[in-house]
Amino acid sequence: MGPERIRLSGITKAFGALKANDHVDLTLHAGEIHALLGENGAGKSTLMKILYGLLRPDSGEIRINGQRVSLPSPQAARAQGIGMVFQHFSLFEDFTALENIAIPLDGRIADAALRAEVEAKARHFGLAIALDRPVHTLSAGERQRIEILRALMQEPQVLILDEPTSVLTPDEAEALFATLDTLAGEGAGILFISHKLEEVRRLCSRATILRGGKVVAETDPRIVSAAELAALMVGEGVLDLRPAADHALGEPMLRLDGLSVAPEGVHGVALRDINLTVQAGEVVAIAGVAGNGQSELYAVISGEGGRVTSGQVRIAGQDVTRRDINARRALGAAFVPEARLGQATLPQGPLSENVILSWHATESLGRWLLDTVRTGAVARRVIERFDVRTPSADPQAAQLSGGNLQKYVVGREIERKPRLMIVDQPSWGVDARAATHIRQTLLDLAAEGAAVLVISQDLDEAMAMADRIAVMHGGHLSAARPVSALSRAEIGLLMTQGESPVRGAA
Amino acid sequence: MSFNLALVPRREVSLIRQVLTPVLALVVALLIGGLIVWLMGRSPAKAFDVFLREPLTDPWALQEVLLKSTPLMLISIGLIFCFRANRWNIGAEGQFLLGGIFGGGVAIATHGLAGPWILPLMMLAGVAGGMLYAAIPAVLRNRFGISEILTSLMLVYVAELLLDYLVRGPWRDPKGFNFPQSVPFTDAAQLQPLFEGGRLHAGFALALLVVLVAILVFRRSLFGFAVKASGEAPRAANFAGFNEMRITLVVFLISGGLAGLAGMIEVSGQVGQLRPGFGQGLGFTAIIVAFLGRLSPVGAMLSSLVIAVLLIGAESAQVSLKLPFDLTRFFMGMLLLCVLAGESLNRYRLEFRKETA
Ligand SMILES: Nc1ncnc2c1ncn2[C@@H]1O[C@H](COP(=O)(O)OP(=O)(O)OP(=O)(O)O)[C@@H](O)[C@H]1O
Ligand SMILES: [Mg+2]
Repeated sequence: MGPERIRLSGITKAFGALKANDHVDLTLHAGEIHALLGENGAGKSTLMKILYGLLRPDSGEIRINGQRVSLPSPQAARAQGIGMVFQHFSLFEDFTALENIAIPLDGRIADAALRAEVEAKARHFGLAIALDRPVHTLSAGERQRIEILRALMQEPQVLILDEPTSVLTPDEAEALFATLDTLAGEGAGILFISHKLEEVRRLCSRATILRGGKVVAETDPRIVSAAELAALMVGEGVLDLRPAADHALGEPMLRLDGLSVAPEGVHGVALRDINLTVQAGEVVAIAGVAGNGQSELYAVISGEGGRVTSGQVRIAGQDVTRRDINARRALGAAFVPEARLGQATLPQGPLSENVILSWHATESLGRWLLDTVRTGAVARRVIERFDVRTPSADPQAAQLSGGNLQKYVVGREIERKPRLMIVDQPSWGVDARAATHIRQTLLDLAAEGAAVLVISQDLDEAMAMADRIAVMHGGHLSAARPVSALSRAEIGLLMTQGESPVRGAA
Repeated sequence: MSFNLALVPRREVSLIRQVLTPVLALVVALLIGGLIVWLMGRSPAKAFDVFLREPLTDPWALQEVLLKSTPLMLISIGLIFCFRANRWNIGAEGQFLLGGIFGGGVAIATHGLAGPWILPLMMLAGVAGGMLYAAIPAVLRNRFGISEILTSLMLVYVAELLLDYLVRGPWRDPKGFNFPQSVPFTDAAQLQPLFEGGRLHAGFALALLVVLVAILVFRRSLFGFAVKASGEAPRAANFAGFNEMRITLVVFLISGGLAGLAGMIEVSGQVGQLRPGFGQGLGFTAIIVAFLGRLSPVGAMLSSLVIAVLLIGAESAQVSLKLPFDLTRFFMGMLLLCVLAGESLNRYRLEFRKETA
């Protein structure tokens, strides 16, 4: 083990009455990849924000290379050799990759000299990046690489990565791990946050586990099992997904008939001739690498967007192609979009007020004046039923940790007792126990006779939940086939090459 | 070594702070205003007396303050609907004028008639005029994606010219010695004083009623929520199925309707006839009022009163102290700056940083 890089002792941080960090101790050595684990809201992001100078601890001490320091700002942290890649992207959409990299480098501009340096660095770490494309044209994986390269340009001695893999495909994640190994080999210390315990066990040599803001264990993740790690995080074992009892399928709740959608802007994906049926009682998953038209598909099913050029969307037997999202809700549909903050919720609105967004058109929330007693009661029930950890009784959406907000959003829709449930990325950033809870709830919903459509990048999730799987590739959807009749290899092929193999190749 | 100033976000802002900030901003603005007056060689104490004490203590002036605050209140409440929804209606002045023209038009058309139906009809006409005029930028935005900031602003000048044309042409008072003005309205077309010998009319009560309704709409109604959502997070509003174009149209109609109502009240209750310049720029001043009140109905009500005091004070200061009216404009700008600065300092903390480079 190399010399000590970081020593946090007794770090405490409270938000009102809630102690997000409670006397946390953590040591990071040079050359070490150190996992920070804990369920949603355990205080991981908070601790890392303190180390990166974004939040100030109420008490406690930070030592870097043995020196006691105070970190009033990210600039100060960067000056101490600390770099961070955030849970939510922090790139300027209209700027190119190179420009985004130049911004935090004081006094540098996106010129030829910088380009040469960035290219050298990218080669060294095996990060392939198109430097001249504006960020809004890039996939999640490419954006993640820019964030990492940007952090690497500052030659960090300590690199913090807050859930870097939740939006990556397995291949992209592999490439990231190779990069991190190189970096650690050169003497940097790395702090790594993830809810995917298997990858933590492969990559990390130490793990600090937080529960309710306190350190509950420090172990070597290579020698304990994922189940043991999970048990340490939640204080009890994670339940396995319980498959629904056999039940008959009912009428088709969702039907897409030869649906084609014009692309949104120059870089949007066009949907071509999509056919899909989801019957009451079944769970259908749509797998695929992000950016192949899943967002477009979600939007055209929910009615939030998409210019349909031909074909139909039918919900509960009715043609809703030209009707708005509330008409679809009225037919029994519920939607969970991919962006939980700013789309599924109003960031500055309290959770009770956020109930209104998806409830106002179909549930009675008061005739003239909004029934705030009712919205409050609904929010409380969701918080209780879905174990949403909140810092106060009715906090603003933006005050919840990422995973807890997702639980709230899914719960809010399920509470409406939908007959058709469309979920885009059900468990992004959700911890193992909560992910199981969300998946189980969706399975139970199907067992009670609802049709469930899940769009997921996580193949394990898709295979664990679905009765049938269809794969999205280049705006085309493969035929949905029973999970039992599909192998992982077949799905992988569909994900990378689409349904019809390239002709003339043989 | 160099020094750097940085704004660091604050996590929580105490309620006391939030309440005290506008008050403090007012005090700072008064001090700066006093300094300017002193630099101009006048007595700040005297200016203070004329600008603030007199309008607030003299019963006659107090009535004038309430009268002046009436259009400001009505227009700024309307503007809050637009601004909260992130739609920028800069042309309330034009909608105000159109309200006056429509309301006044009814008065002129019914000249010589009497009956309790004339005033309500004028009001309806005023509201309709403002609404129609505000619908133009809204429809242009919805149909063609044209910036409502430009169109609403430019329509102000069209409205001014229209008024000019009317009072010089078809609506000119034949017995008016060729002055550009309409016939004086009959009593049936004028809002009557609420009490003998006073000047205050029912318009002020109406404005208060509008404030109350606005409070309720923003606190408790679905529409208020939709306006807020569409301004703060358009994607969430879309998810909720709030129709973006309909919201644009409705907030412009509300805002235009209230400005039109204010215009009708102004010509009927204050001026008593149509003549150029009855707008006095109140439609623009109301923008300041809306922001001074931090886009809340209660705030707009209070700041309408504050600005009205200043405007009345300015009128007498022109006479008694020979202070230019522009000083008042300057002072209103100053006040807005101070409020915005206070607001920023509530959200952010100023930090000096020493950098060794
Ligand atoms: N600005 C804030 N105001 C109030 N409470 C906050 C704020 N930021 C975080 N919290 C609370 O602090 C706790 C810890 O949040 P944190 O974001 O550190 O969790 P996390 O471990 O990163 O969770 P996740 O895995 O879901 O991202 C949560 O209960 C959260 O609601
Ligand atoms: Mg987090």
